Amino acid sequence: MSAHARRTGIVSAAVHHPAFMAGIVLSSIFVVAALLSFVWTPQDPLRLDIPGKLRTPSLAHWFGTDHFGRDMFSMIMVGARVSMAVAFVAVGIGMLAGVPLGLYAASRRGSLVDEFIMRGNDLIFAFPSLLLAIMITAVFGPGAVNAIIAIGIFNIPVFARLSRGAALSLWTRDYVLAARVAGKGRLRISAEHILPNIVNLLIVQGTIQFSLAILAEAALAYVGLGAQPPLPSWGRMLADAQTLISLAPHMALFPGLAIVVTVLGLNLLGDGLRDLHDPRSRRTRP
Amino acid sequence: MTAYLLGRFVSLALSLVAASLVIFLVLEIVPGDPASFMMGINADPQAIAALRSQLGLDEPIHLRYLGWVAGLLHGDFGMSYTYRVPVADLIAERVVISLPLTLYALALSTIIAFPAGIIAAARRNSATDVAVMGATQIGVAIPNFWFAMLLVLVFSINLRIFSAGGFPGWEAGFLPAMKALTLPAVALALPQASILARVMRSSLLDTLHEDFMRSARAKGLTRSQALWRHALRNALIPVLTIVGLQFSFLLAGGIIIENVFYLPGLGRLVFQGITQRDLIVVRSVVIVLVFAVIAVTFLVDVAYAIADPRLRRHGR
Amino acid sequence: MTALSVSGLTLAIHGTPILSDVDLTVGAGEIVGIVGESGSGKSMTALSVMQLLPHGSQWSGSIKVAGNDVGAMTETELCGMRGRDAAMVFQEPMTALNPVQTIGDQVAETIRIHTGTGRREALALARQTLDRVGLPADRFPLDRYPHELSGGQRQRVVIAMAIALRPKLLIADEPTTALDVTTQAQILDLLSGLVREEGMGLMLITHDLAVVAGLADRIAILQHGSVVESGATRDVFAAMRHPYTRALFSASAHVPSRTPPPAADGPPVLAVSEVVREYPQPRRGLFHRPPRFRAVDGVSFEIARGENVGLVGESGCGKSTLARAILALDPLDGGEIRLNGEVFSSAGDGPRMTQRAGVQVVFQDPYGSFNPRHKVRRLVCEPFHLLGSPPRGAELEARMLRALEAVGLSAGDADKYIHEFSGGQRQRIAIARALIIEPSLIVLDEAVSALDVSIRAQILDLLAELSGRLDLSYLFISHDLTVVRAITDRVMVMKAGRIVEEGPTTRVFEDPQHPYTRSLIAATPSLAAALAAPADRRAPSGRRDA
Repeated sequence: MSAHARRTGIVSAAVHHPAFMAGIVLSSIFVVAALLSFVWTPQDPLRLDIPGKLRTPSLAHWFGTDHFGRDMFSMIMVGARVSMAVAFVAVGIGMLAGVPLGLYAASRRGSLVDEFIMRGNDLIFAFPSLLLAIMITAVFGPGAVNAIIAIGIFNIPVFARLSRGAALSLWTRDYVLAARVAGKGRLRISAEHILPNIVNLLIVQGTIQFSLAILAEAALAYVGLGAQPPLPSWGRMLADAQTLISLAPHMALFPGLAIVVTVLGLNLLGDGLRDLHDPRSRRTRP
Repeated sequence: MTAYLLGRFVSLALSLVAASLVIFLVLEIVPGDPASFMMGINADPQAIAALRSQLGLDEPIHLRYLGWVAGLLHGDFGMSYTYRVPVADLIAERVVISLPLTLYALALSTIIAFPAGIIAAARRNSATDVAVMGATQIGVAIPNFWFAMLLVLVFSINLRIFSAGGFPGWEAGFLPAMKALTLPAVALALPQASILARVMRSSLLDTLHEDFMRSARAKGLTRSQALWRHALRNALIPVLTIVGLQFSFLLAGGIIIENVFYLPGLGRLVFQGITQRDLIVVRSVVIVLVFAVIAVTFLVDVAYAIADPRLRRHGR
Repeated sequence: MTALSVSGLTLAIHGTPILSDVDLTVGAGEIVGIVGESGSGKSMTALSVMQLLPHGSQWSGSIKVAGNDVGAMTETELCGMRGRDAAMVFQEPMTALNPVQTIGDQVAETIRIHTGTGRREALALARQTLDRVGLPADRFPLDRYPHELSGGQRQRVVIAMAIALRPKLLIADEPTTALDVTTQAQILDLLSGLVREEGMGLMLITHDLAVVAGLADRIAILQHGSVVESGATRDVFAAMRHPYTRALFSASAHVPSRTPPPAADGPPVLAVSEVVREYPQPRRGLFHRPPRFRAVDGVSFEIARGENVGLVGESGCGKSTLARAILALDPLDGGEIRLNGEVFSSAGDGPRMTQRAGVQVVFQDPYGSFNPRHKVRRLVCEPFHLLGSPPRGAELEARMLRALEAVGLSAGDADKYIHEFSGGQRQRIAIARALIIEPSLIVLDEAVSALDVSIRAQILDLLAELSGRLDLSYLFISHDLTVVRAITDRVMVMKAGRIVEEGPTTRVFEDPQHPYTRSLIAATPSLAAALAAPADRRAPSGRRDA
């Protein structure tokens, strides 16, 4: 089987994986909505219209209006942009810091550096993640940037552990020994032989962390520690909806559904990617 | 076994020390100094100076840390700046709500997740499996505070079975108190149960592929006998870790859920502390929660040693 | 009564044919050997009998265990049959037992599920069975856990689980492949003793002709899912009617033709002196310093130019640790290693990079030796990294081609990925990678152990030819004495971190001096010896002392 055939194999396997395709479709809705919100929303999401408040869904306001008469559909589109930006940067921080730390720790297995990195990770794990996020935003003030930092910090140990664990098993492979016999240093082996072979794993975990980051951002925004008004955010829209829930249930329904659909899509995508790369579920040998 | 547990104990004690340092330092680097942060911009300089000396801010930082830790060891968390009462009393009042809520949710989560995960694994690829997996996939995606709002909408506002919030207190009797905690516990538990069921299923499926399962079948065990007698205990070992982690998630999730249901627990306390800039309350609640998480981690380690004989004989 | 009769067994898994028209019988008290290379369908034959086939299997034909047709049985009846009438022992003892259950409970379980006796009674019976398989009560109480036992001892527990109810048929699928030779001899001895004394039929599945030749009453040779030849062991080997039998036989006994090494001049290629390697052991307590385990304990030897030296020993003897030390993958705790007269690595001083190009390696596992993301071109050229000014352009191309052609591959293979090659071809690529910078020494760490015998014979020929042509020295590390005997000039025997005997290969094999060498040689199944033995093999001899 040539490399080309292998690639088309993956594509056809992907097309025949319904959960994976559902994941692609659901997450695309979210990405498209976020990108589109930069150039177009059905209404101005910031325009107040007090007389037209708490309208139920209609042709003019697809998801109804909130307690200030703002268009919920437009707000959800802009909210997608905020959620995506926060989650993307936070997971990026986690990967950029965590993966090199994990690879370095694995290349120096059992050394003091390894011990130090792993104990540091344990320490972050010992904090309930939301709690430290709350603490950080409480001290430095609420806002999207602090939310990103708080969520990003918790992604570091996730990626550090994952890449260290995967790298440790690769370090015992004969091809790594062969590279050492060929005189290659630890850094070079990590870059040349270890990292490319754990990239799939990182992508899968990255998707899952992305969805967790969206949930975390929503929770922070819900308690008032996320993006600040007037920037719309899903979590705060839910907080606003809470007191009015018996009057206007639609205000609680749509932002919540937006979160569920997005997270569901990303999780399905992550699971699908794992299935497609798992040698147990796919034939890779000719 | 003792050597193993002693080792774990020391390592957890060290992480507790490290955690207290981190908490101390994070609140130490607040913009300005803690006293002016707590009093706000327009405060009277004299009042700030008074608070500074009350907080001991005139002392060097390492002495303040040691003083704080020494106080913690005696159960003295300091005085709340806003409530003017010892923080220990505030925490004691609130912990009797937060801890039962967390345990209630943890119990619900395990009771739902274990059978669901086991059935899905035992009948892999059946309609049951697909249904359980689909349900958990959605459960994982639901934010617990939104789910809480939906529960309120359905069970309090429409069906009027449960009250929408508040807590009658334990003196009102066990059942009314538990009833008040039920909706919050369900809201907390369902997303976590979904995760746990998925972990249970995949751990069990991994175990079903082990060589010793084939040995068990070759002995004459039926598929389900082999599953119950051999696979389950082995599969539980990784699941224990997740149960331990869930405690920490549920405790933190409780902070938010308490706000949805207006429960006067630690979560409410910490948010009041934040809005009123009462750093002493925030710091104390955080260290109590971290201590609880670390204690549960140790319990999980003990459970590990009981479940896995390879650890029990460790160090022989 | 026949313990097993199989006729016309045909099996397909997900539509892929695995077995076609297999006929077999195993009588009471009889040992039948099933021999074949990987993929011949021998394990699937066993799983068909037990009806433990993977999902998507479809079979036809007739399988009768102790006279009962398994095809007509319900799942409940099959569960009643498994473990009571037919029992099975698997290849990998390390994972065949439940790690969280005591050995007593695991053996007793066989008894309890079939007879419904109480736990206490079943445990008493389990005790007797464990005694029977050579695990006495004083050293192996019932409450031991599997992780406290060695591989050989675990295999005895698996056997105890299988024979607890004295089944009519015992199936052993490569029962000794994962074990050391001395342990292998003991386990085979135990199995054949059980068969003779209890009157069970034993179906012994193996890839190793020598194992069955010394043990089986009858054998069946499997190729591509069909029995190509079967009959009484002696007759099959005497007649060898089928060409595949002949090929298998000659490959098993293959000795490559080699030119003797030239008289040594100049410094030895490799000089190892007083090398020590230690590992810290797991901590015993929090405040105790972990004790250190001396894996290599003051080893010294030399290898001359063009000389092929073997290093044999059982698992855990330190031979792989020694290999890693020679490759300078680990630092030394004592002694020094010289390559071509110059210090390569010594205690307290890491490897000299300039020396690295003098030694290369070929590992055992043909599947794990290559980065799956690189093409053969890049894989083979990796050692050029060691040269100060690596070749480029046409020069690089020419040298890569030369290396590929030296191992019997062609230019077209350079742009393929590793998954496009078979196990034997991969070992050729591994050899090309070792050759490309023209080292003076290649360490071959179990380099042919994972290969089927016919492929192994070809790789041994290739190695012998390269050594003769290029004046290469080999350090050939293996647990397989037959292979070492075939390819080396000199052999060293290692035990517990020390070299206990060293000498010319023929001398060591024909006249071993150290008792450990003698026990190793006696335990090694030998095809020639088994066939030359007197016709009555009912009382196995010469194995007991092993």
